[in-house]
Amino acid sequence: MMNLLTIPWPWYVGGPLIGLMVPLLLLLGNKTFGISANLRHACAILLPDAAKPGFFRYDWRKERWNLMFAAGLVLGGLLAGLVFANPEPTRLSVKAIHSLQGLGVGLHPGLVPPELLDLHRPVVWLILSLSGLLVGFGTRYGGGCTSGHAITGLSTLQFPSLVATVSFFAGGILSANFFLPLLLR
Amino acid sequence: MTYSPTTSADQTRSFPSVLSLLSYLLAGTFFGVVLVKSEAASWYRIQEMFRFQSFHMYGLIGSAVLTGMLTTWLLRRFQARALTGQTIHVQSKDPGLPHYVFGGLTFGLGWGLAGVCPGPIFTLLGSGVWAMLIVLLFALIGTWLYGVLRDHLPH
Repeated sequence: MMNLLTIPWPWYVGGPLIGLMVPLLLLLGNKTFGISANLRHACAILLPDAAKPGFFRYDWRKERWNLMFAAGLVLGGLLAGLVFANPEPTRLSVKAIHSLQGLGVGLHPGLVPPELLDLHRPVVWLILSLSGLLVGFGTRYGGGCTSGHAITGLSTLQFPSLVATVSFFAGGILSANFFLPLLLR
Repeated sequence: MTYSPTTSADQTRSFPSVLSLLSYLLAGTFFGVVLVKSEAASWYRIQEMFRFQSFHMYGLIGSAVLTGMLTTWLLRRFQARALTGQTIHVQSKDPGLPHYVFGGLTFGLGWGLAGVCPGPIFTLLGSGVWAMLIVLLFALIGTWLYGVLRDHLPH
C-alpha cells in the first residue's frame, strides 16, 4: 500500500493534472494560475516604505488567494515529498545518468542531489543564490514563470507566452549545458 | 475613530471568503503533490529535460498544455461562471515583446542552474529541503531588484 503512495507518476497522469489547474482556478474565482506573482506579493508585504518602489505599491490583500495557494504548495511538498516520499532514486535515462557523472553529481533518492545542498561548499551557495536571483528577476521582468506562461499562457493561446516559454528553454539549455558544468568543475 | 458595528451583510461576506481562501490552500496542496509525484520538482528531471535526454518532461508539459487548452475552451464555449458568480474571463498578457524575451531568458538561466522554478521552490521547502530558503531569499531580492530597475529596462 505504501508502495502505491510513494511511486512517481508517469507524464500522462501528471501532465493532465497540471493542466487542470488552469480551469480549476478560473472556476474557483476567475483567478489566473501563476505562481511567480507570489514573489511580488511577498515583496509588497515585506518591504519597508523607504525601500518600496512603485511596482510593489498595490493592494496585495486582493491576492491573498495566491498566497494561500503558495502555502498549499508547501503542504503538498510536505505530503508527497516527505511523508510519502519516494524512497527510490529518479528513473532517469541512461544518457542522463552519464551526464550526472560528468557533473560530479550522484543519482541518490530525492528530488535534489545532496551535492547541491552541501552548504560547506562555496560553489553551492553561488549556484543557489544566483539561481534564485535570476529566477526572481526574470519571472517579474518576463511577467510569469512556467505556470503563468508555459501552462496558462499557452493554454489560453497567448502569443507572448509562447515567446516567453521559448526564451525559458533557451536560457535553461544554456545554463544547464554550459554554465552549470563550468561552476561545478 | 467612530465605532461601526459589523452588520449581518459584513458577516456573510467574510464567511464565504474564509472558505474561499481554504479552497485555494487545498488547490495549492493538490498542485504541490502533483509537482512532486510528476517529478517536475526534481532537479534531476530538469537537467535531463534541458539535455533532451528523455521525453518525460516534454510529455508532462505537452499534455498539461493540451489539457489546459481543451478545458479552457470548454469553459469559454459554455460561458461558464466561477463559484463567485462572475463569468469566466481570461486576462490578456501585457503588451510588448522584449520583456518576454529578456525576462524569459533570465528566468531560464536560473531554472537551469538549481533546477527550480517558483512552484518547486515552495514545494521543496515543504519537503524539507531547507537550502531552498537561500533560493527563495535571493528570488525575493531579484524580484525587488526588478522593481528598482524597471523604468530603465526595455519592455
